Amino acid sequence: MSWLHIMILIPFLYAIVVPFIYRMFTPRIHTGWFVLVVPSVIFLYLLRYIPVISNGDTIIISVPWIPSFGINYTTYIDGLGLVFGLLITGIGALVVLYSIYYMSKLKESLHNFYVYLLLFMGAMLGLVFSDNILVLYVFWELTSISSFLLIAYWYQREKSRYGAQKSMNITIFGGLAMLAGFIMLSMMTETYSIREMIRQTDIIYEHSLFLPAMVLLLIGAFTKSAQFPFSIWLPDAMEAPTPISAYLHSATMVKAGIYLVARMTPIFGGSPEWFWLVTSAGLITLLYGSFNAVKQTDLKALLAYSTISQLGLIMSLLGMGSASLYFGAGDEASMYAVAVLAAIFHLINHSTFKGSLFMVVGIIDHETGTRDIRRLGGLMHLMPISFTLAIIGGFSMAGLPPFNGFLSKEMFFTAVLNASDMSIFSMESLGLLFPVIAWAASVFTFIYCMILIFKTFTGKYKPKKLEKEAHEAPVGMLVPPVILSSLVLIIFFFPNVLSQYILKPAMAAVLPSYSQPGEIEIKISAWHGWNTELFMTMGVVVLGTFLYLYLKKWIGIYSIYPYSMTFNNFYNQGLGKMEDMSVSITKSYMTGFIRDYFVYIFSFLIIIVGGAIWYLDGASFDTSNNAPVSIYEGVLIISMFTAALTVLFSKSRLTAIVAVGALGYLVSLFFVIFRAPDLALTQLVVETVTTALFLLCFYHLPEIRKESVRVKFRITNLIISIGVGAIVAILALSANGTRLFKPIAYYYENSYELAGARNIVNAILVDFRGIDTMLEIFVLGIASLGVYTLVKLRITGRDKG
Amino acid sequence: MKEPNDIILHAVIKVAVVIILTFSINLFFSGHHNPGGGFIGGLGFSAALTLLFLAFDIETVRQNIPVDFKVLTAVGVLIAVFTGIGGIVFGAPFLTQAFNYFDLPVFGKTELATAVLFDVGVALAVIGTSMSIILSIGDDH
Repeated sequence: MSWLHIMILIPFLYAIVVPFIYRMFTPRIHTGWFVLVVPSVIFLYLLRYIPVISNGDTIIISVPWIPSFGINYTTYIDGLGLVFGLLITGIGALVVLYSIYYMSKLKESLHNFYVYLLLFMGAMLGLVFSDNILVLYVFWELTSISSFLLIAYWYQREKSRYGAQKSMNITIFGGLAMLAGFIMLSMMTETYSIREMIRQTDIIYEHSLFLPAMVLLLIGAFTKSAQFPFSIWLPDAMEAPTPISAYLHSATMVKAGIYLVARMTPIFGGSPEWFWLVTSAGLITLLYGSFNAVKQTDLKALLAYSTISQLGLIMSLLGMGSASLYFGAGDEASMYAVAVLAAIFHLINHSTFKGSLFMVVGIIDHETGTRDIRRLGGLMHLMPISFTLAIIGGFSMAGLPPFNGFLSKEMFFTAVLNASDMSIFSMESLGLLFPVIAWAASVFTFIYCMILIFKTFTGKYKPKKLEKEAHEAPVGMLVPPVILSSLVLIIFFFPNVLSQYILKPAMAAVLPSYSQPGEIEIKISAWHGWNTELFMTMGVVVLGTFLYLYLKKWIGIYSIYPYSMTFNNFYNQGLGKMEDMSVSITKSYMTGFIRDYFVYIFSFLIIIVGGAIWYLDGASFDTSNNAPVSIYEGVLIISMFTAALTVLFSKSRLTAIVAVGALGYLVSLFFVIFRAPDLALTQLVVETVTTALFLLCFYHLPEIRKESVRVKFRITNLIISIGVGAIVAILALSANGTRLFKPIAYYYENSYELAGARNIVNAILVDFRGIDTMLEIFVLGIASLGVYTLVKLRITGRDKG
Repeated sequence: MKEPNDIILHAVIKVAVVIILTFSINLFFSGHHNPGGGFIGGLGFSAALTLLFLAFDIETVRQNIPVDFKVLTAVGVLIAVFTGIGGIVFGAPFLTQAFNYFDLPVFGKTELATAVLFDVGVALAVIGTSMSIILSIGDDH
């Protein structure tokens, strides 16, 4: 346990305390002030690692978790993880600060909000600092779950629930695919450690599972990072409160997929499949997102589509950069390696300008009551600071100087131009497409940025269409976007500080051939001559301005494409069909008669267990070791027979229950005779409690009556019951006759020395196999909740209709 | 409806419950070396509580034992998990248990084991589960 591990655990531990803080201080102090401490402290703590990492070192600390399976909680810090860690906590702190002013402390249930937020933060930190893929997977799904909770934060609204469910469906589907990919990877390399896998890339390349594992992993990454066609969840996720949108859907969670692709590049990169899948998914998403953003009328929806497109941009850069691994090291490799640098650079830039834009939109929403572009306008004079912030963020997103988006945009153009010259991966014929798509997408990006800025802030102020009188936001709400916007400017003027300390180590993590500092010389500069990139940018500005001014003339093309052909429609239709189908399937076998369910269960038991015994030739009767049957045992057996038969032929339910109870007590007597006092005690008490339960249920049951059933049905029942009896008897006898393994007690003969327990049963339960017991009580707890909901909620359900 | 007046039942059960509770607590603590343990101790405990619920009506017992058994289940599960995490804090694998011998004033040389804490979790979960199942069925009119 190191400080590093504790740091990742802090958000989780703090989340437990938050409800108590909320209850203690609520009307007086906003809970957010207490939460603000967490990301700030972690951010400062992480800053310490910058000098270490920029020297080319990495840090790895392992804590055994389930060492017998090779599952250890290994935290690993390298440049890539550090970039993400700083983003998560840095933007996290700003978002929390912003949320203090955004979320009303009186009207909102803040304890829920901050608990989910902290869960999410911890999950993201765990995700980016894990070296073990299973641990990574656990955190990955935890981000999906916590973001589900956050999106559904206003769960009274139907749209919030819809958006939350949609994001959960899609990202968890991707997560499961990714898990399968991880399992394949660990089968190939026989390790769960990512660093170990990177060392074994040769084995992975040769393996037949190479392609399936890659595709499954990419599905996980693409769903999380909202790549086309999985992007449909992101616009609906905008139902979350704006601080959440700023945090999850611009700065962190959606970038988890980018992180995964970057992390896996050393393993899969350099192969044509990886290059094509990642790059083309990225470019298509880029074009699709920017094209669709233009038609949006809701500011947040516009930003959602712009996030989709920007994520596509980063993704395509990672894809193009992965070609560098094909060349190993050298001039040609470093030419493509720049793409990876640009990817990480744009990742940081995007977090700064998009975070600030989301906050500005939140301010507009908060101060005017609407986000609809058609109702807004002329806010420039009323909200001058927000207007400035919007200009900085929007121009940066559009890729204009003097903002950081310009730098990474130019590097993006360099990368696509380099890629179009590439002579590998059959790029000769398709290479020209890359710059064309990139340029077209940039034009649309320019247009929607202009819409965002000028439709909202210029033009005529229409107070009648607004719900509130517009005015500037309180200072506290402006501080976080001001910080982010100043970063936008600072990064533009001093990009090489960032590049030296943050970008290069991160690039070295993605492309291990550059693991030594100073091996690749990259200077990011705003001015690099009259080159093709600059002309492309100028073309974007000219055509973009032209199209923006004549927007009304061509906006009609968006209505050509029918809704019925969109993926959203497929998703909704598919979900509806699936529900109908499962209802009809369920109805066909849920008859409401318990005897029918027994028929299903027992027939499967006969088929599976009986089939296995028959197939494996498992029936064997070994009587050589049997002890003689004593008189007590004989008596017990006869009594049990009688009790069992009584159950069968009893006319009243009460008799049957009592007979079953008697059977149970007799079994416990058997345990006494065979010297298993623990089992005997347990059996006795269980029997008592279940009999009491039976009697309770008895109250609700109708009178027992002779069921008039068809003869055919009765014969089936007879066959099944005889079959079950025979199978169980054969199983019990064969279990005694076959000894494949040593008896379990053999392993625990030294229970007193190891666990200090003379009672071996108890030592096994709580000590040697504690995880079994723990999971058992989990099951118990879930079962009790199940019974509770079945019994209690049934009544309200019936009342409803 | 006429209220039944089961004086004998009430009197007997008041005594019996105390005996059963004592016994089940004894069962719980003796688990480490003798038959018993969290599961059986917890079940015994809930058997005693069930007796109470059978003899007196549910509302009366609820007023005297104001415990939400669903919460109790959760607390039990959490205790079990946290004793497991305790191992990690000391650099050992999840769910590692430890024990040692101490000289305590009244008991003399006594063995204290972290497994007992884990067992407390098990017992609470068992009590919570069985009682909430029984109560939710018994409560349903």
